[in-house]
Amino acid sequence: MTNNLLEIKGLTKAFGGLVAVKDFFLQIAPGTLTGLIGPNGAGKTTVFNLITGMIMPTSGAVVFQGRDIVGLKPFQVYRLGISRTFQNIRLFGELSVLDNVRVAYHYRSDAGLFDALVRSPRFRDREREITERARELLSLLGLELRERELAKNLPYGEQRRLEIARALMAEPKLLLLDEPAAGMNPAEVGRLMELILSLKERFKLTILLIEHQMKVVMGICQQVAVMDFGELIAEGTPAEIQNNSRVIEAYLGRPGGAGVA
Amino acid sequence: MTYFLQQLINGLQLGFVYALIALGYTMVYGIVRLINFAHGDVFMVGAYLGFFAIASWRLPFPVAIVVAMVGCALLGVLIERLAYKPLRRAPRISSLITAIGVSLFLEYFTSLKFVFGPYFRAYPRPFAVRTYELAGITISNIQIIVFGVALVLMVALTLFVNRTKTGLAMRAVSFDHQTAALMGINVNNVISITFGIGAALAGAGGVLYGIAYPQINPFMGIMPGLKAFVAAVLGGIGIIPGAMLGAVIMGVVEKLTEVYISSTLRDAGAFAILIIVLLVRPSGLLGKKQKEKV
Amino acid sequence: MKKVREIGPGWWALVIIVFFLLLLQGLIIAGLVNPYIQTILCYAGVVVISALGLNLIYGYTGQFSLGHAAFYGIGAYTSALITRLLPGWGFFALPLGLVAGALVAGVIAFLIGLPILRLKSDYLGIATLGFGMIMNVLFKNSDKVFKVMGGAAGMRGIARLTTFLWVAVIAVLAVVMLRNLVFSAVGRALVSIREDELAAEAVGIDSTRYKTLGFVIGCMLAGIAGGLYAHLYTYLNPDNFDFLKSIDVLLIVVIGGLGSISGTVIAGVGWALLLEGLRIVLPSAVQEWRMVVYPLVLIVIMLVRSGGIMGRNEFDFLKPADYRRR
Repeated sequence: MTNNLLEIKGLTKAFGGLVAVKDFFLQIAPGTLTGLIGPNGAGKTTVFNLITGMIMPTSGAVVFQGRDIVGLKPFQVYRLGISRTFQNIRLFGELSVLDNVRVAYHYRSDAGLFDALVRSPRFRDREREITERARELLSLLGLELRERELAKNLPYGEQRRLEIARALMAEPKLLLLDEPAAGMNPAEVGRLMELILSLKERFKLTILLIEHQMKVVMGICQQVAVMDFGELIAEGTPAEIQNNSRVIEAYLGRPGGAGVA
Repeated sequence: MTYFLQQLINGLQLGFVYALIALGYTMVYGIVRLINFAHGDVFMVGAYLGFFAIASWRLPFPVAIVVAMVGCALLGVLIERLAYKPLRRAPRISSLITAIGVSLFLEYFTSLKFVFGPYFRAYPRPFAVRTYELAGITISNIQIIVFGVALVLMVALTLFVNRTKTGLAMRAVSFDHQTAALMGINVNNVISITFGIGAALAGAGGVLYGIAYPQINPFMGIMPGLKAFVAAVLGGIGIIPGAMLGAVIMGVVEKLTEVYISSTLRDAGAFAILIIVLLVRPSGLLGKKQKEKV
Repeated sequence: MKKVREIGPGWWALVIIVFFLLLLQGLIIAGLVNPYIQTILCYAGVVVISALGLNLIYGYTGQFSLGHAAFYGIGAYTSALITRLLPGWGFFALPLGLVAGALVAGVIAFLIGLPILRLKSDYLGIATLGFGMIMNVLFKNSDKVFKVMGGAAGMRGIARLTTFLWVAVIAVLAVVMLRNLVFSAVGRALVSIREDELAAEAVGIDSTRYKTLGFVIGCMLAGIAGGLYAHLYTYLNPDNFDFLKSIDVLLIVVIGGLGSISGTVIAGVGWALLLEGLRIVLPSAVQEWRMVVYPLVLIVIMLVRSGGIMGRNEFDFLKPADYRRR
């Protein structure tokens, strides 16, 4: 047995004839921050979807804390301690900011339907605990003054932060961030990097993030995995990756070859 | 066996009428994602236009069909412009409720005594009914007309959609309104044309229904409309051959349930098939599987 | 130190509404309300209860149903059968009938919901429409199983047990419970499924379970409403539970506002009073215009206010403190 939090072994996903992820391996040790990079269409988000149970792999295993989680539904994966954000932000637009976060803690409540219908003392206690935790996270992410706004009315940057708050609600062990810095300006990216590091410290998180901005990857990741055409082509520290010839080739195209954008 | 074949032909006759209605449903849904509940009532108006053309204005039968088609096309375009177009950016359910409103309005307005009146009317037949026997199976000239007219219209529609520039524009708009608009297509006109064509087909269906099942009233469009819509879904909504296939299946199943099981269970058979098909192939028999993008 | 709970506006509103309904009941006992008006008032309550059920299914959970009247019918026939079987039970006959109606509607909703709730939006609507059609056919053939159910000719001889008091009590309970439900962890889970089912799953919500839960509860409300209806009009006809009746409920829910209890109550009461009330108020010469103007009003409301009367809003007194605007 290894001590890795997550081990992906030989993961393959084919959509019809298109192989989106091919024999992919990755190990993530607890407490680390790993970057997953690669050109557009390399299969990074598909890996996230495979880990979280949103799509079923064609073959391979995803072992989380020693248990193969392939075949579990997304909500079951979440309950084991893996949560994620989405590349294209998927908040509950018509719910308030506070409710967007509270909803993510719901399954931990032992107050059931009946308690809710009659507003029992137990229901009130649970609701108060959930609300307190949600407010704490919102203020950590600088959203405490927004709690009654509808999520769809927030500006873009705040929506990204709200999605992170929501993902942290259930005290995940592994956090998957899908392009958290997309669409941000350099100053915002800097603050985001600090935020990710402080959250990681505070909640003892292990993080896997997809990112295109090299500043983020090189700045905060301890380990980087590079994908191209569904395959893992390199793995190592940021410094090693920067000088890896296959990586440079994947991004810039073969010298003299037909670089397909 | 001959009895079975006989009933199959009767089922096909019903299916062909459903197909003419189902085409309008499927085209409109394909282009604006709207379940146009008023479509069955346009079919009813078509039946009445044919009725007046034959009984009151003494027009020959082919002209009566044209009158019904043109009248319904105008009605379809009018409904689209007045009731649906202003809601194109509103939540989809708003257009659906409006469609229901238009449907109720057409039913109750035409029920008024100075319009069509609330009673049943016997449909005039512009010619004597003849039957031909072929290997023990009887086919009437009415059935031949229904098959003939429906087939001609379906072939014409298929050619129109696949071979003309307007047909190409319709297909483009059904994929993506904005991109189509960027390609220089007048999206509003294409949508109106789609409603017009769909309504014209339903109008022809109304006349055929009238001569085949010779009794009409202002509420006659509800059930055939629903069944035609279900047929469109069965075949894969938005897909023209799918609507034809689904409609034929609906008609045949309905007829066979009626004669082999029980006439009171007639409607249950077709709907049971619908539910089963949806569970096995949610996008219909000829529909493409759609996967949500994560 | 134990905090003393403040008596919020919700409790005051409840007191005022109960007082108003008791006042109406007093007028009825005093014989000041004619029976026809009483029936319409009861009918308004029945419509509201059923529509609240559909709002939970469609407005909150986002599951499009065009078959609500089928469950209304299931509740109506079940409860009518029960009270026929229990002639000597007096006061308890109706509540037993209603409970049975709700349970049967709930169980059937569960069985049909498990497979079909996998379908999305319009497809779900069509499947529920198909289910409604099949139930309607079964109602029409019901006499082949239970002679008393009357089949296509309708079921007669149901005791008139529904009173204004029953309807008022159940309607108020339904509003209070539904309000408690939607402003709770369960309600948030339901709405999150409406907003984005995949994201809901991604934050730990078992969407299959919650969709089924919302559907079952909504259909049970329809079942209760159906039971009240059966014992109000004492005659059941399969046509009272056909596709067009499902559409009526849908209209009320959308006109009131999807995801608004307040809207459903306003639209339901308004719909019943106007449509049924005008039946007596209008002279017979213009009766037939009633159904011509009604759809035009619908269309105009949709063109002017496409989100319905209340949108997704509630009256402030319905909201718990942490949802109210500061």
